[in-house]
Order: sequence, then structure tokens, then C-alpha cells
Amino acid sequence: MMNTAVRFLKSLFLLELFRGMRLTGRHLFVRKVTLQYPEEHTPLSPRFRGLHALRRYPNGEERCIACKLCEVVCPALAITIESEERDDGTRRTTRYDIDLTKCIFCGYCEESCPVDSIVETHIFEYHGEKRGDLNMTKDRLLAVGDKYEKEIAAARAEDAPYR
Amino acid sequence: MSDDINIEINGMPLQAAPGTMVIQVADEAGITIPRFCYHKKLSVAANCRMCLVEVEKAPKPLPACATPVTEGMKVFTRSEFAIEAQKSVMEFLLINHPLDCPICDQGGECDLQDIAMGYGKDVSRFAEKKRVVPSKNIGPLIATDMTRCIHCTRCVRFGQEIGGIMELGAYGRGEDTRIGTYMESAVSSEMSGNVIDLCPVGALTSKPYRYRGRPWENQQRETIAAHDCVGSNLEVELRRNTVMRVLPRENEAINETWLSDRDRFSYTGLYHEQRARHALIKQGDQWKQVDWQIALNYAVEGIKTVQQGRGSEQIGALTSPSATLEEMYLLQKLLRSLGSHNIDHRLRQLDFSRSDIAPRYPSLGCTIAELEQVEAGLLIGSCVRKDQPIIAHRLRKAALNGANIMSVNAIDYDVNFPLAESIVTAPDNMPQTLAGIARALLTLSGEPAPADLATRLENITSHDDHLAIAKHLHSADNAVVLLGTQAMGQNEFGELQSLAELIGRLAGAKFGYLTEGANSAGAWLAGAVPHRQAGGETIASPGRHAGEMLSQPQGAMVLLNVEPELDSAYGSQALRSMQESDFVVALSPYISDSLKACADVILPVTPFIEMSGTFINTEGHWQSFGAAVDPLEEAKPAWKVLRVLGNLFEFDGFDQVTSEEVRDELRAISGEPPMDNQSAWQCPQLAPAGSGLQRIGHLPIYAVDSLVRRAQPLQETTDAIAAAAYMNEQTADAAGVGDAAYVLVQQDNSEVRLPLVIDEAVPAQCVLIPYGVTGSETLTRAYGPIELQRG
Repeated sequence: MMNTAVRFLKSLFLLELFRGMRLTGRHLFVRKVTLQYPEEHTPLSPRFRGLHALRRYPNGEERCIACKLCEVVCPALAITIESEERDDGTRRTTRYDIDLTKCIFCGYCEESCPVDSIVETHIFEYHGEKRGDLNMTKDRLLAVGDKYEKEIAAARAEDAPYR
Repeated sequence: MSDDINIEINGMPLQAAPGTMVIQVADEAGITIPRFCYHKKLSVAANCRMCLVEVEKAPKPLPACATPVTEGMKVFTRSEFAIEAQKSVMEFLLINHPLDCPICDQGGECDLQDIAMGYGKDVSRFAEKKRVVPSKNIGPLIATDMTRCIHCTRCVRFGQEIGGIMELGAYGRGEDTRIGTYMESAVSSEMSGNVIDLCPVGALTSKPYRYRGRPWENQQRETIAAHDCVGSNLEVELRRNTVMRVLPRENEAINETWLSDRDRFSYTGLYHEQRARHALIKQGDQWKQVDWQIALNYAVEGIKTVQQGRGSEQIGALTSPSATLEEMYLLQKLLRSLGSHNIDHRLRQLDFSRSDIAPRYPSLGCTIAELEQVEAGLLIGSCVRKDQPIIAHRLRKAALNGANIMSVNAIDYDVNFPLAESIVTAPDNMPQTLAGIARALLTLSGEPAPADLATRLENITSHDDHLAIAKHLHSADNAVVLLGTQAMGQNEFGELQSLAELIGRLAGAKFGYLTEGANSAGAWLAGAVPHRQAGGETIASPGRHAGEMLSQPQGAMVLLNVEPELDSAYGSQALRSMQESDFVVALSPYISDSLKACADVILPVTPFIEMSGTFINTEGHWQSFGAAVDPLEEAKPAWKVLRVLGNLFEFDGFDQVTSEEVRDELRAISGEPPMDNQSAWQCPQLAPAGSGLQRIGHLPIYAVDSLVRRAQPLQETTDAIAAAAYMNEQTADAAGVGDAAYVLVQQDNSEVRLPLVIDEAVPAQCVLIPYGVTGSETLTRAYGPIELQRG
């Protein structure tokens, strides 16, 4: 009986509406967090895991030594590697494919790499237009690495104390 | 056993024979003790110290591999004391080991990696400089990274104890110890690949497999080796339907834990550019790629045309002696359904005179394992070390135990065990030599000579070495007489067969054959001979044997994995006969130019790795196996092709769905007959040896079949003998070619120019010209008279 009376009075004086309006009113004057993407970007952690890249050493030699640890650690089986002895006697991949449609961006490949060759960059804006576009081959991964080496190196350096 | 000793390991009461080492008892009981240098098939070295365990009342930890059990011994393998000792050893082993696991091929199957996970420390305390050892090139099969070596000396002991040549040795001491070849020379043992399996680290790895894969991504399939009559058990490793490598599968009765290089590395020829991938038919002079259906119909029409035009007896078939039982059975069934008995597998045989009295199938006469126990053995015309390396290993064990192994050969073959007696004589003099031994044995045993032989033996003298061989054989309780693969290819095979069997009987020894190919025994049982049905029943009017089919043009021929000029003893004559035949159907895994020159249809079939089947090895053991990988492109297993050919001819009895059905069908006819080499006595002629120059046609180890011939790493080894004329200096001088670089060899109507090599292992008046290799195939007979000129 008592409850019914209280509920009636509350609804009569639009108490809940005013409570809601108070919250809305408060946010009306708070600083805005919405970014105007794509003109504006959110800041990214150096540990951000985006598009993959294969890195090179400063002398231009590819880092990857075909140890196949990334291939075996990949939980989505997205990596396919074939390797053989290169003419100079070093161990190199002849094929290094990452199927981005399989990849779950867990970053295990990056973590398992003994030579920091396969890395996940800060790039997340990419797309594919036809079948196969998201199958990253060795050449394309190396090209990504070459293009963004400066950023990749900077992100690694920033994160180094915590690794 | 009552004299067993009671010991206790980790509180578990165990019994062991006196003299057993602790590690053996632990292994049998399933207790793991870490080890690097100990291997059950090698001697105990106790130099890695990894297997240190605590033994009650012993003040120091003891190596389990070198501590014999004693009554009441109490061993602790996981006590704090033992683990501390093992961890300390591990730390020492790791101080010089490079941390290059990511590029090391052993990664993932490395004993050091595994044991370091259990006993290694997280951080090395070793701050000094690590040792670096330059690697040597030791041949095309084994890759070396000697910095990784932990000096377990398994490879050194393998060379001394199993391989029989100490190719790898340890030199230097302490920190400076190095394992290597004394000279920058290739390791040449025919079993050398085993050190790859033995090496617990990545110091010795497989060169053809180098950097290609990781053990965790490979799948394992079981199969049987197809290159000798031993039938070694294999484990084929594959990745994404591609064969990556081949490893031995342990079988104590056959290959123990070993594998010959031929069986281990032959897979490298599997994806050769000459692999037959599609069916081809010849139209005019052009080869046209066609569907299976068209090719099969074309083959059937071609054979039918010959059958109608020239009669069934003009149809023939030749099969490789390494084809499976199922293939041979269906091939002979097809031929016999067509009304012809012209089928053979003895492509490298020259003498067929005693085929009809041959045993049901040629076998070793004892099991492979029993060879270890013999007290005396006589090898006749056998290069056993290269022809059947696993058999040679068993004989070597016997020889090292004091057995008198002797040989009568046409070439002074290099064997890896001590020979009590060795007679090297021209091939056509071998029957006389055996007759000399037989004569000596007749005197020793006091038995009467068989009919007709007594008069012929009157002209034979027993020399001292004949007498010595006879004495050794006669005095041994357990002796064996083996007729080798090379003898079976000689012109005198029939006489050698009779005499060898006689010698075996007189000496109370077992008598056996070391047959060529993987399945000679199977071929005889499956009926792939012109004079016996499947199962071994004699045919009243036998067909043509391989010699006849290969020396004259035929009507229609079916070739099953045969490259006529290389797989036969008849060289270019075989090729010419096939070229001049009306219609040739080649079921072949490879397409060579010469096959294209002689065939009309080429049906792509698979090598043994890609099909299921059965081999009967030399001890009469039926070993069936499944396909390890799918056939390459459009290739099909030959038994399926033959079965469908049977259907297209509308013959009955070609409805099998699996290879097991084919095998069981044959087994219902033949049973699994035990080994029995007894044959009727036929007196040898014992004609005096000829006087002119003669050819010895040795078949090199890596020329035995189409797959091995295409295995590039094997062809780069020192055992892959090139075509040349080998003779001793005296023979060369007598022929007036002593200082020539090249000689012109003439045989019948063929001639070939070959480099001259002086080799004192060849007897006088003989010229060794290998066959089965490119360069000598122009000659038309593996053995027989030749003439030499400067060339």
C-alpha cells in the first residue's frame, strides 16, 4: 500500500526524468573525448598489435632465419613457412605467408621470434579488395617492414625496458 | 633366471643378469636416466657423465652406463645428490655449446635441448670466451657444425664398431678436443647416414634435409625399403604431402636400428624433374599428353593388335625385381590371361640354364639375425658390403666374434671386416675355384662325389687356399655359404649355383642367395618367371626369359619400372630390342629419353613410397606396407593400373579393391613357404677358362634402380662409380694401353670409349666396366669377352 503511494508520487513529479536530465546536463559541459576519425587518431601503445611486418638488419639483410617458431606457436595456423639453405649457406625462408583472415592478432609470433624479425606494427588501416589480398607473402611483409622500419624500431625501443 | 642379481632403483626391486649395466636395467624398467654418449648398440664410453646416479654406499655419483649391477645395489636416479651431479654436468656441457638452436636442424629433436630443459640452469655462469670449431665438408650426405659437438664420441664409435672404417675420430685433448676426419676427405661408408641419428646434438645433420623442416611439423608413415633384399623398415617423414626425409624404424630381426645410406637418401630422387606426371602416348614421332582412359585404351588396342596379328606368344613383360608382390602377381596374371608365359624379373641375369631346377624361391637359407652366430661363412661373387649393407653388418659382427668369413670374388672388393681367406679370380675361372674347394671338402668329409662330378674333378687341383676354405667350412658347426648378387649376374651363374650348393651340403652349412632388388623372392612366388606359375608350379611349355626378350625384338612388351639399357645386363641391345618391338607399354615412375625412344605408351606409376604393397625379403618374410604419401599428380600405383588393364581386356579375376586383396589372393595359392634352397643336382661343365680379355660388369651400389639413380646426393658420393674401364697395370700393359687415358672397348658389335683407370683390385685379363651407369650402357653384355684399343 505504502509502496504504491511512493511510486505514484515519484511518477507524478517526474523525479527519475530529472535525475536523468541531471546526468545529461553534467556531461553537456564535460570535455569531449570523441575523435574525428579518420582526421584524428587515438594514441597507440608501443605494444599495439596490428599488421605484420618482416624486418631487416641495417645492412639490408633480412632478419628471419626460418626457425619456424612463429609457425608452430600460431594458434590460428595462419603462418606457412618453407625454408632451405641459401647459396651463401645461411638458413632462409623461401616462403613466408601469413593469412590475415586467419590471424587473431595475438602477438605470439612476435613474442616467439628470437631475432625480432616478425613484428606486429601499429598499422590497422588496411583492407583487401579481392581474394588473396589479405594473404601476406614474404615480399609484402618485407615491404611493410622496410616502409615502417623507423616506427617499428621506435616502438621496440620504447617497450624494451619492460621486455 | 636363477643367477639374476637383485637390485633396487628408486625403491623399485628389479632383477638383472650379472654384468648388466645400471642404465640397461633402468631402461627396461622404464626409468629415465639422462644420457648422451650411451647407446644400446655401441660400446660404453662413459665420457659424457650425464647419467651420473647415486648408489648407496658409494661416496661419489657413478655413471649408470658403466656401473655393472651388484647384489643388493640400491640406486637413486632422482635423489638430490644425483640431480645435483647431473645439473653440474649439464652446466659443463653447455659452456661451449652455442645457443644457435633457432638455426640448428636438430632443434626439436635434440637430446641436449630436451635434457637442458630438465637439468639446465636459467643463466650461464660462464663468462669466458666460447670455443669455436671450424666445420669440415665430409661429403654430400652429412652436414657438420662441429662447434655444437659435445664429444660424446657416438659417431667415432659407430665408425669403429658398426661402419668398420674409422672415418671420424677425436683428436686434441680437453678444451681442444675436436671430432673430425683426419683429412678433408669425404666419409665414404655406405652406412654413414646413421651418425645423423646417433648424434645427440646438431653437430652432424642430414645435408639433403638441411634447413628444410622441423621435426614437429612432420608426420610419420611406415614403409619398407625397396633397394635391397633385406627389406629394412623405414619411417617416412612427410609434410603437406611431400616426403621430407627417411629414418630407420627399429626392427631387431632385420635392420636393428641402422639403415644404409641408399635406403635413407633414395627419397631425394622422388621429385626428380623426370618424374612421370601424366600419361603419354606416341603419335608418329610426337609425344602427346592424354587422359588415363585414352592411354589405357591405346595400350589395350596396341596389345590386341599384336595378339591378333602375331599371336599371344609374341607378347611379353619385364618387371623390375624391386616391384611389389602385388604388381608382379597382377602383371603375370595379365600376361597369362593373354595366353603368354613371357614374363621375367631377372633382367641382370645372363645364364638361365638352370632355371627349371631352381628352388621355389631363392632365400638366405637362414634368418638375417642368425648370420651373426655363424662360425664360418663363404661369400661367392658378392660385394656384400655395397650390395646388402645390413647383411654385411651382420657378417661383420660374426667376423669380429671370431668367425672365419671367406670370399671367392671376381674383384678384390673392399670389405669392412677381416676375411679369413679371399680368392680373387676371373669370372670364368670361378667354377674351377669352387670345384677346387668342393674337391677338398670331398676329401675332408669322405663323402662320395655326386654322379658325373668325380671324372670332371680329376682335372681340378685343390690349391692351399681352396683347402683352407674347405677346412674352415668343414670344422665349423654353424657355417653358411652365400651366393651373391654379382655371381647371379655372371655367365657362369648356373655352375656356381650347383657348386655352391654342393659345397654347402658337403660342409654341413646353410646355403643361401643374396638376391638383387627388394623382391626377387616375391617375384618367384608371384610367378614373375617364365617357367613357373604364381605359387611356384612348373609350366610344361615355359615362355621366354628376360635374356631372350631383351636380345631380340618382340611383338608387344609391357615394362614395369624398367629402363631397359640401365636396368638390364644387356645394355644398348636391350634398348634396341625394345625399340624394334612392335608395341611397348611402359609403366614407369620416370620418363627418360631412352624410354621415350622405345615406348609407345608411358603410364605414370609411383615409386614404392607412394603406394601400398608387399615385399618378401631374403628370409622369406612378407612385409606389407601402406602408401606413405599420395601419388604425385596423375601417377597411380602400378597394381591399380594393371588391375584396370585386366578389366579393359575383360578378363576374370581383376576385381581387387585393395592391394591386401591381391596379396591375400596370392597367399591363398602359394602359402608362406619356408626357406628351402634345395635344388636338383646338375653337374657343372667345368670348362677351362678362356684366354682373352673379359669384362666384369659390376653393378655399383647407387645404380640399382630408377629411384636411386636419380637421388642426386647419392650420386655425388664416392661410391657412385663412374663408367670407366678399370684394370690392373699388368693387364693394361699387356693390352698395350698402359699409358692411354682413354680406351676403346669393343664387345660383340658395340663399342664405347671410356677413361682408363688402373685398379689393382681387378684380376689379370679382366676389365671392370660397371653397368647400370650412364656411359657404359652402349656395351651389350655385362660379362663376356671384350677387346681393347687405345681410344
